[in-house]
Amino acid sequence: MIDIAIDIVSWVLLTLGGACVLIGGVGALRLPNFYTRIHAASLTDTMATILIFVGMMLQAGLSLATLKLAAIMLFLLLTGPTATYALANAALLSGLKPDADTIVGKNRADARG
Amino acid sequence: MIFVFALFLLTLLVITAIAIVRSENLFVSVMLTSIFSLLMAANFFILDAADVALTEAAVGAGITTVIFLSALALTAEREKRRAGGQLVALGAVGILAALIIYATFDKPRLGDPEAPVHQHVAPWYLEKTPEYIDIPNVVTAILSSYRGYDTLGEVFVVFTACIGVLFILGVKPPEQPADRTAESGGLRHHLIPQVVGRLLVPFIVLFGLYTQFHGEYGPGGGFQAGAIIATGVILYALLEGEGEALRAVPRSVLLGLVVGGALLFGGVGIVCMLMGGAFLDYSVLSADPVWGQQLGIIIIEAGVGMAVCGALLSIFHAFAARQSQP
Amino acid sequence: MKLLELLGYFNYWVFAITLVIGLYAVISKANLIKKLIGLSIFQSAVFLMYITMDKVEGGTAPIIQAGVEDQIYSNPLPQVLILTAIVVGVSTLALGLAIVVRINERYGTIEEHEILDAD
Repeated sequence: MIDIAIDIVSWVLLTLGGACVLIGGVGALRLPNFYTRIHAASLTDTMATILIFVGMMLQAGLSLATLKLAAIMLFLLLTGPTATYALANAALLSGLKPDADTIVGKNRADARG
Repeated sequence: MIFVFALFLLTLLVITAIAIVRSENLFVSVMLTSIFSLLMAANFFILDAADVALTEAAVGAGITTVIFLSALALTAEREKRRAGGQLVALGAVGILAALIIYATFDKPRLGDPEAPVHQHVAPWYLEKTPEYIDIPNVVTAILSSYRGYDTLGEVFVVFTACIGVLFILGVKPPEQPADRTAESGGLRHHLIPQVVGRLLVPFIVLFGLYTQFHGEYGPGGGFQAGAIIATGVILYALLEGEGEALRAVPRSVLLGLVVGGALLFGGVGIVCMLMGGAFLDYSVLSADPVWGQQLGIIIIEAGVGMAVCGALLSIFHAFAARQSQP
Repeated sequence: MKLLELLGYFNYWVFAITLVIGLYAVISKANLIKKLIGLSIFQSAVFLMYITMDKVEGGTAPIIQAGVEDQIYSNPLPQVLILTAIVVGVSTLALGLAIVVRINERYGTIEEHEILDAD
């Protein structure tokens, strides 16, 4: 009984994680601006990391694999937002201003390529 | 089910390759090459090649990207379009692709156990490794012991590449801008990557050492370990500045690692000859031949790890120390 | 041919297509760094072909698990060859990029036709 419950919970978590990544991908393509796109990609990435890894840890049960998965999840949670920060900082330092009216693709002359 | 995933990854691989070639911004191309390497590593893992996946991820997605980016910083960033001649090239490669696809229909299907490649030497290796060498990872056993000569040649190739790059880039450029070292202070203004990076570097080096010594029991070994440790030190160099990294691991230590690694490997071979066996025949290293083989494998893996780590770091420092022309 | 058989060849077709994409970059792009990137794509395609050959149906990675009898293992030999090839590939890439950097300093450009014109 408890096995089925764990299975169902992990299925739900994995599917939600996959849906998060899909939403993030759609957002990265459809949103108008560089900063909004980073926002979409990074937030959904971190959420999906947590959901997918917890789903996998439930599948692995209590074993060494769970500890390794927890370590990898911790590593990804540390480096993902740091990479996003570095990306946004590099864009800001090289002159791309976070302007809500810029739409990449329509105002190509304004936005840097 | 995993087959569908493999198909998806392979299609993504082709799309990435086309994007790499068509993009005009070289920076974008290099980043896409790193994604290409990562997809390739995932594919290798699906095809049961765990060691190769680890090496491709560490070396391809990690080191190659860093070397490309250092070279890009010293040269141009955009590519100029070349006029003409492209239809002929397209036609030629199209014919070549058609010929290769026609030839692959003769190949045995994926996973066929009766394929010729699985017949002669491979079952012998899988059978005799528990008897002669007794380590679980058969790939490491073949790499270090049965095909030790190839690995010796590989270490010397890495050594030669390191020496070659040091020769080519060690010559001072004609004009040296004065006092540039104050500017190349690394990512001084970026506090968050610095803090997180400083937190991660010891764990990266620890993982590299784990990969080195665990190479006999699981995927791992000298090459992967060398690449991972080099990546850790390169991360430190990117965050703190190249001068700091050179103070942490000076050039003499790097050269000592490279030369020491190559000499260690060759030295083990000569010691085996002096103790009565053939070159690189580790069974004579100790009274029990199985333990002798394991001892030999541990020592030469250490040699390989040292040589690869030192070589990759020397190459990185050679690129990073070269100031670009004003 | 059944669909599964056809899909078994998919790896080889991807190998052929990626190979010619890399080759196209080498022969038709003028930028030296683009040529080197094409070369590295070419090498990766060859690795894919070798590793495709090593898979055995129902097999697992060739790490002998103690106590499990009758386990089919995938072929370890192409993996060893490709391990060597990956490291040799990155060595030659580093050397090639060093030469490109020197060419840039000497000629001021890394486009092939401009270098040939300048000589």
